[in-house]
Amino acid sequence: MIVADRKPLKEILEMLDGCNRVLIVGCKGCVSVCNVGGSKEVGILASILKIAGKKNGLDIEVDEKTLERQCDPEYVDQIKDVVADYDVILSMACGVGPQFLSERYPENRCLPAVNTTFLGGAVQHGIWEERCAGCGTCGIHHFGGLCPIARCSKSLLNGPCGGSADGKCEISKDVDCIWDMIVKKAMEQGRLDDLLKFKPAKNWSTARDGGPRKSVREELVQ
Amino acid sequence: MSELKSGSNLEKVLKAGHFAFTGECGPPKGANVEHLKEKIEPLKGMVDAVNVTDNQTAVVRMSSWAASTIMCQEGVEPNFQMVCRDRNRLAIQADILGVYAMGIRNMLCLSGDHQRFGNHPESKNVYDIDSMQLIALVKKMRDEGKFLNGEEIDVPPRLFIGAAANPFADPFEFRVYRLAKKIDAGADFIQTQCIYNMDRFKEFIKQAVHMGLHEKCYILAGVTPMKSVGMALYMAKQVPGMDVPESLIKRLRGAGKGKAGEEGIRFALEQIEEFKEMEGVAGVHLMAIEWEHKVPEIAERAGVLPRPVV
Amino acid sequence: MRLSYPSNVKIIQVPCSGRVDILHLLRAIEDGADGVYVAGCLEGECHYISGNLKAKKRVQYVKNVLEELDMEPGRVEMFNLSSGEGPKFTQFAKEMVERIKTLGPSPVNS
Repeated sequence: MIVADRKPLKEILEMLDGCNRVLIVGCKGCVSVCNVGGSKEVGILASILKIAGKKNGLDIEVDEKTLERQCDPEYVDQIKDVVADYDVILSMACGVGPQFLSERYPENRCLPAVNTTFLGGAVQHGIWEERCAGCGTCGIHHFGGLCPIARCSKSLLNGPCGGSADGKCEISKDVDCIWDMIVKKAMEQGRLDDLLKFKPAKNWSTARDGGPRKSVREELVQ
Repeated sequence: MSELKSGSNLEKVLKAGHFAFTGECGPPKGANVEHLKEKIEPLKGMVDAVNVTDNQTAVVRMSSWAASTIMCQEGVEPNFQMVCRDRNRLAIQADILGVYAMGIRNMLCLSGDHQRFGNHPESKNVYDIDSMQLIALVKKMRDEGKFLNGEEIDVPPRLFIGAAANPFADPFEFRVYRLAKKIDAGADFIQTQCIYNMDRFKEFIKQAVHMGLHEKCYILAGVTPMKSVGMALYMAKQVPGMDVPESLIKRLRGAGKGKAGEEGIRFALEQIEEFKEMEGVAGVHLMAIEWEHKVPEIAERAGVLPRPVV
Repeated sequence: MRLSYPSNVKIIQVPCSGRVDILHLLRAIEDGADGVYVAGCLEGECHYISGNLKAKKRVQYVKNVLEELDMEPGRVEMFNLSSGEGPKFTQFAKEMVERIKTLGPSPVNS
């Protein structure tokens, strides 16, 4: 899923400076799954904003709405009859949400309440880790099902580097060295030869480096 | 290995079968050419070539290519270092052509410490290619006369290709295979990370010799004299991939107050003597960190002077 | 036991402190409570195993929120006691009331 973290409250309050009527829009997609922008978190943020408002002697009105997703126009459309009532729309969805809202409702200010970070999954309840960098040419099968582009700090294809120690990356003891895992797995499975083959320079043009991307399913386009 | 690949002094010394002795010099944290020349001065005639680091530990310094060029002008042969962290393949190839045009003949291909360690941790990561691919790239430019994309190069750069090896990083069992891979990719010479655990290194070099790696590539053993007990403790605990045996720390402590530095040099000299006789080791790479002025003394006491003129 | 606790403490009973959600604590503050606390079982003795540990984390979350809003984190608290410890209940109530008296009325009520 796409993982995000809520922006610091000070930043959100600064963004809302001068606004009296706020609509917080949540999303039942990824941000619900990583507990940062679902209906529950929308409720929490709404209460926080009201507390902040009252504390500063302002009477701000905060309403809540959680859409199925904010990355499909049909769902974004569902708030079309109410947007005009608000000074600002605060989206708790990933970076896609506030942009889709902005495009659909150009007269309104649509703000992001979260910082979108990475593509990842839950390793434990409450903890998510990055797994995919969206490089556009998946090659994890060459590395025993592990991705060095996303999980090696240097995105090495012929790793490990000399900084790998005790299975940890040189940048932090909290980060596993994925190359340590790749090598150990290959050795255990008797597939060391795979790693001795030289991996040539990556074609980054399918990644974000090549420019903003588009995906088309011809069979579905009308 | 009949014809010279680059004609560099280091290559000639190694090819002639001499025990090579290289040094290291970090460029200044500014455009202070005078300071750089002062650092180069004690190395003249003491070593076959001098590594010039490239934004080492991700701290911004004068670029390696500029410092290497100045070093050439001072009559000392540089080992130009390039890290993959700061440049994409366009800049890499352009810089390779540039340094060759300026008279540089040795190049060390490294991944580079992650920028998190350095003084600009907010910078964007490059790592377009890794050190293995960089080695292969320099070889392709030199031996095929082609760019990475296959186009012809108008006067190809003929560089002596170096790489680094860390026999003490994890996973230990894989290190000699990675060395083999770098040699296959095109490394002509290897410099190891500084060694303190001689037993473990001997194990490593034995495996390398067993695989015949020393016949395809010149392996230089890294030596850094310990200046103090504090330095030994720091290296043991804070530097990743470093193996400092307890016995060495004890030995330095036992030397007495103010005498640890001399003991550290003695240990380094013992190591150099062992390396001279060790099968598979073609020379020593001396990294006298913050102690460059000691290099002449160490070279003298190690019995590696005068340096061969080939 | 017929012990008395300060009358400005309003009690809301829940089957387990784990039933208390972040939103309950925030709404209390939002609606003007000068302080709010959760009294749960001693750690390791929760009838529902870890309800009181969940409550502890939620209380910490709200403390962090208060700090981010430049409000006193001490306005929300977690206390642990066993159901047989009547005097302790009173003690915690008095302690919290004293604390809130020192902090003054909630900024929300200004």
